[in-house]
Amino acid sequence: MTSIPLFHVLILSSLLFVIGFIGVVARKNTLFMLMSLEVMLNAVGVAFIGAGSVWQQADGQVMFILILTLAAAEVAVGLALLIRMQKKYRSLDIDALNQMKG
Amino acid sequence: MLANFASIDSLFYLAGLVAVIASLKVVTGNNTVHALLYLVVSLLAVAVCFYLMGAPFAAGLEVIVYAGAILVLFVFAVLMFGLGADETANAPQNKNVANMFGAMFLAFALLIEIVIIINNADLQQNLQANVIDSKAVGIMLYGPYLLAVEIASFLLLAGLLAGYHYAKPDVTRGPL
Repeated sequence: MTSIPLFHVLILSSLLFVIGFIGVVARKNTLFMLMSLEVMLNAVGVAFIGAGSVWQQADGQVMFILILTLAAAEVAVGLALLIRMQKKYRSLDIDALNQMKG
Repeated sequence: MLANFASIDSLFYLAGLVAVIASLKVVTGNNTVHALLYLVVSLLAVAVCFYLMGAPFAAGLEVIVYAGAILVLFVFAVLMFGLGADETANAPQNKNVANMFGAMFLAFALLIEIVIIINNADLQQNLQANVIDSKAVGIMLYGPYLLAVEIASFLLLAGLLAGYHYAKPDVTRGPL
């Protein structure tokens, strides 16, 4: 059991998560939305590691590694889509995508 | 003088404060490259938090994979976007290095923290007492979580294929 209380770890985690969520909701630039998603995934990782260190189990770090894999795949697909969007619309504004056909 | 000030708690709160400030600067920034710089600082601060919570393996992975690989991917993508007009129009136009000082200050705070941790023998002993080493993580990964590891490898393969498919040049000029 570490000397850091779990409550404070969860406060830090939820603060980071809320900051990232505000970024995803409020920003219009798609690249900034992807960065805010990274901040949110990181916040979840903090919660998992904190819980794993309080209960002295390795499960928290295992979940963090899985989150890391998820973040890598998400960034690869997201940035490829952004490159596609920049080619097609010459802009990264999310409002350029509000007209769908079909 | 620093020895009585430095406990695991206070260092954790300082690193958490750095992470929150850097994340706020990421979310509210106008310039893409500066926001990426603050994102690196935020990830490094979270890595210091992991180290202080007794997970040095996760801290190393955070620095290597997040700050090392994923952020480099971001930087390459920003280079390919060429920083269009909608990016730089809102940014302050001064060309000096003053924009970097905030991120450098936060990173310097993290560096001082790491030096304090390394130089303080009591702190090291306290940290070693409740560390979860990579051996336990590896046994868990290839024991009960084997199926999850396989699914994660499929996810990475899908990410690779999707990244290649979406980013390749459009030869047929067909619809997306």
